[in-house]
Amino acid sequence: MAVRVIDLPASLDFQTHDALFSEIVEAAGNAVLFDGRHLRWVDPNGMVGLLAAASVGRDRSGEAPILELGRAGDVKSYLGRMGFFRAAEGIFAAGTSFPRRASGPSDVLLEITPITTNSDVHDVVDRVQKRAGAILSNTLGYPQTSVVQFSVILSEVCQNILEHAEAPGWVAAQSYNWSKRLGRHVVIISVADLGRGFRGSLSDEHSARFADRWGDVTALEAAFIHGLTRFPDSGRGQGIQQIRKQVRRWDGLISIRSGTARIADVPQWFDAPPLEEGLSDFPGTQINIILPERADHED
Amino acid sequence: MRTEPGIEPISIDVGRVLRGTVESLYSHLVTRPTGRAVRLAIEEQVAASSRTAVSLIDLSNVTVMDFSCADEIVAKLLMRFLDENRPGDVLFVFRGVRQSLHEPIQTVLERQELLAVVQGSDGCCALMGTRTEEEEYAWTVLEKHGRIVAAEVKEVFPESHHREVLDELVLRRVAFTPPGDHIYHALSTLMGGTS
Repeated sequence: MAVRVIDLPASLDFQTHDALFSEIVEAAGNAVLFDGRHLRWVDPNGMVGLLAAASVGRDRSGEAPILELGRAGDVKSYLGRMGFFRAAEGIFAAGTSFPRRASGPSDVLLEITPITTNSDVHDVVDRVQKRAGAILSNTLGYPQTSVVQFSVILSEVCQNILEHAEAPGWVAAQSYNWSKRLGRHVVIISVADLGRGFRGSLSDEHSARFADRWGDVTALEAAFIHGLTRFPDSGRGQGIQQIRKQVRRWDGLISIRSGTARIADVPQWFDAPPLEEGLSDFPGTQINIILPERADHED
Repeated sequence: MRTEPGIEPISIDVGRVLRGTVESLYSHLVTRPTGRAVRLAIEEQVAASSRTAVSLIDLSNVTVMDFSCADEIVAKLLMRFLDENRPGDVLFVFRGVRQSLHEPIQTVLERQELLAVVQGSDGCCALMGTRTEEEEYAWTVLEKHGRIVAAEVKEVFPESHHREVLDELVLRRVAFTPPGDHIYHALSTLMGGTS
């Protein structure tokens, strides 16, 4: 079987993982080697995206991909602290040389956490309740009580995996100093699953009324803007709406990529279209949330 | 505070219910299955009463409640007992609603056009949810009086539409009149010694 080599960029984050998804889609049924020797920087979207891409590669080719990392210790060390290698077990080929799991105290807000059951969501909330308070208030300048809203956001995005994807997924969060990009600190939350995506989830209930307009864009708009859900229960469909509301209050960015489209609430400090279509048809859903430090906050 | 005759006060500590259900390891009210389990446990407790009951749902020990849990534990619980086929004649007052819980509760109440009585840390009650100015006014007057007997109603509410609104509040189960008796009770007067 031919091996498709996919070069990972130096920086793998929410702005570069689309290229990764395109390449894995193009790899079709070929075995995959991810060449990460030039990788110098990776954020939660990059890590979770890499796990998703590798899973897709594995499922389509029947062979677990290989991940080759450079000798630079920083990236490996950071991936270890973020729980990447633990999450990657069973996804990448056994020959992939992963360093031992990091131990000791960690500054990580939320390591990459697989979401497969209700219990996983509780674990996520328990962990961020213990860790997020200081980061949100000291680093981002949010009110002390914001840790509760932050936990609720994580709970709702993780439940989105369980209730709509019907497939496993991952969540991760970390804070960064975006001194060059924004001149402020940010917290990034990344969630991804390999399920049926918004179009698949909503299709049975809502596709008929959209007729031939039905597709990834209309499905995303239906859920993101109008709060539609596949459940007939009128109490459903609030999660994404409430996440958007809270992210807006914090002047943050939220984007959801599903199938071939991406929809976003874009704050003034960032330049991106609110809707993109014609992207590579990648399975599942990827949610990216970026919460910036309050503009008037000083450490 | 005295208990009205025929009214059974029931106090339910939601934090304890959470720990006592199948989700015994969990400390926060998140995810819909957890909310559903807690709601069913509450329903089981209150439905056991054969009399009209006022249930004080105590959220003091709840720090985090997401929208799915608020929908189950507040909205669906209220809707279950607004239904004609309700499992028992139970009225609800929510207590210990800290600031961080306000938004999920208010959101789910508005979404289902529900109204709920909430008791603050000072013991005073207020309404949360969807209501008109007239409903707020009529409820506040009733709350201030505690109870209004039939002979006083016209005096307290000279305008007929306020009297109609009062009956509407009874139907929405944020005020109470015993069957066959035109005494309007604020729910706060029915809680008796629940603590």
